[in-house]
Amino acid sequence: MPQETVTLEGHIIDSLVLSKVLDLIIAHEGHYEIEEMRMGRTVADVSHARIRVSAPSRAKLEVILGEIKKHGAVVEGEDAALAPARKDGVFPEDFYSTTNLPTFIRLDGRWVAVQSIEMDCGIVVEKTKRTARAHCLPLHRIRRGDLLVVGHEGVKVTPRERKPPGEIFSFMGAGTSGERPKAFIIQALARDIREVKAKGKKVLFVGGPAIVHTGAVRHLEEIIRGGWIDILFAGNALATHDIEFALYGTSLGVYVEKGIPAREGHRNHLRAINTIRRLGSIRQAVRAGVLKSGVMHACVQNRVDFVLAGSIRDDGPLPEVITDVTVAQDEMRERIPQVELAIMVATTLHSVATGNLLPAAVRTVCVDSDPDTVTKLVDRGSHQTYGLVTDCEFFLKTLAEALR
Amino acid sequence: MCHPTAYDVVYEINTWMSIKNVPDKALAAQQWEQLHAVVSSLPGVQVHLVEQAPDCPDMVFTANAGLVRDNTCVLSRFRFEERQREVPHFFEWFRHNGYRVIVPSEECIFEGEGDALFMGDTIFAGYRQRSEICSHLFLAETFGKQVLSLELVDPRWYHLDTCLFPLAEETVVYYPGAFDQYAQKVIENHAKTITVGLNEALLFCCNSLVGGKEVVMNAGCDEIAAKLAGLGYRVHPVPTSEFIKAGGSVKCLCLRV
Repeated sequence: MPQETVTLEGHIIDSLVLSKVLDLIIAHEGHYEIEEMRMGRTVADVSHARIRVSAPSRAKLEVILGEIKKHGAVVEGEDAALAPARKDGVFPEDFYSTTNLPTFIRLDGRWVAVQSIEMDCGIVVEKTKRTARAHCLPLHRIRRGDLLVVGHEGVKVTPRERKPPGEIFSFMGAGTSGERPKAFIIQALARDIREVKAKGKKVLFVGGPAIVHTGAVRHLEEIIRGGWIDILFAGNALATHDIEFALYGTSLGVYVEKGIPAREGHRNHLRAINTIRRLGSIRQAVRAGVLKSGVMHACVQNRVDFVLAGSIRDDGPLPEVITDVTVAQDEMRERIPQVELAIMVATTLHSVATGNLLPAAVRTVCVDSDPDTVTKLVDRGSHQTYGLVTDCEFFLKTLAEALR
Repeated sequence: MCHPTAYDVVYEINTWMSIKNVPDKALAAQQWEQLHAVVSSLPGVQVHLVEQAPDCPDMVFTANAGLVRDNTCVLSRFRFEERQREVPHFFEWFRHNGYRVIVPSEECIFEGEGDALFMGDTIFAGYRQRSEICSHLFLAETFGKQVLSLELVDPRWYHLDTCLFPLAEETVVYYPGAFDQYAQKVIENHAKTITVGLNEALLFCCNSLVGGKEVVMNAGCDEIAAKLAGLGYRVHPVPTSEFIKAGGSVKCLCLRV
């Protein structure tokens, strides 16, 4: 339960101010505990009370604090210290570095929630005479003169909520193991997806090229065409091999259905990239009727918002691939707010990149045949991640069936 | 007291003020002269004057300059910038006349005797409309006296001295409707009380000045005047209609130094 300690000083007993403050706390659904009470010894002496105030929610607590402040209650603790950025793209010295957990900062005695929480960012404060806003900004978005939180005073990070985080998490918790009843867990994940969609929130899918290599395209395609995915984050590889498979039936030059190499198949992925580049974009290729199936085709047809982020080993790349990493990050960042469930399959690079952007409140499932991927994700701060060590073809096939 | 050489209503910072209802300057001067004569005639009273600054039309309401006891003055920190301009002039007067002047901290609004009145050794102090409760702790520490904090709940009685006045060592006259339930209880717990009704409260009958058995009160408060006369007080009615246009009457025009 959110709580704060306040002090009250003066002739608070004779003036009934203490009674009034305690009555106000109760009237606003709060609770109090008097931690310390020093009575004045003579009529002229002032009395002093230290009161712990709690309330069912942060919002209710703020209302109570706002009310009792008018009667002299002073919230203990310091305001967050602020300092201006001296240069574009540079934090002030001693900047506060964020986590992905819900964070509040104290400004003028009030706790203000930090918007768009994301790990490894700074907290920028915008203050007007009456209002104060705080939000996360990554280093490259800082502009000279931005006011940032420095030091740790007046910053509060709240631990992950323990309330129902969805079915899969409630019975397995976060963690990683290959020794779990996988089909059962995937069924639970399907129920979570349905629940998130029913609430009108978004499901994010992050995928790597192994989805194509293992022959899981048709399962992911089915899930996308079923309307279960809202956003896709991937790199050049997933899209390239998906298109290669759609155009030539191969992935990395190997016939996916037959498992045998195609003649001169090694150039198929480049032919695929070349074709799309000639047509202008993946969307154009779908419109032109050249690209007729696969994950990217399903995304275009189902209006799934996708961001393809480039990397140094990319061939081509495909026209939609964003090669400036900070621009790609910002594009991904922009799509996070409505996301409530993230499913990451067979990619270390994009899973970690996405994990960096997600608030801890987003349920995250990471599926990989290598437990190391999940460990990496958790080691980099995405503690909310539930890891599932399994083959991605089995995972997507089972999930598609469960969502039917 | 402050001779009304620049008195006017040029801004609106309380519900009584309207720049469409400006005071009649000649009549205001006449009313003030009459009040000055009555106050000067009270036994044991010596009236000091402060000169009105041209850009401080409300400076005539000297009660709001600060709270004074035993040669110490806690200066006001006004809620509105329009009145904060008065402070340097009052500061100068107190310093010049040999008072120990104490300036409250910047974060805390305090409007002098407007919101703090001595009843014997107890200070009744109002808050929520103008002064803030943090000033009460400051008063308690500065004067070493008991300060009873009273919440004012009606903007028409925006200062404590518009709805309560100490009549004697242990007696106050007050209008209950201006206070919240807790404050009413506190007043009843700590003093003998005489209450006034809404109509006379609206006539500023609680904005009265007391010296011994003499009470100076706005003219027209016949009911409470009769009641006080019955208790052996001599009531001096003085018309203050032109000052009520700015939200003040007898008491607001005087500060006990």
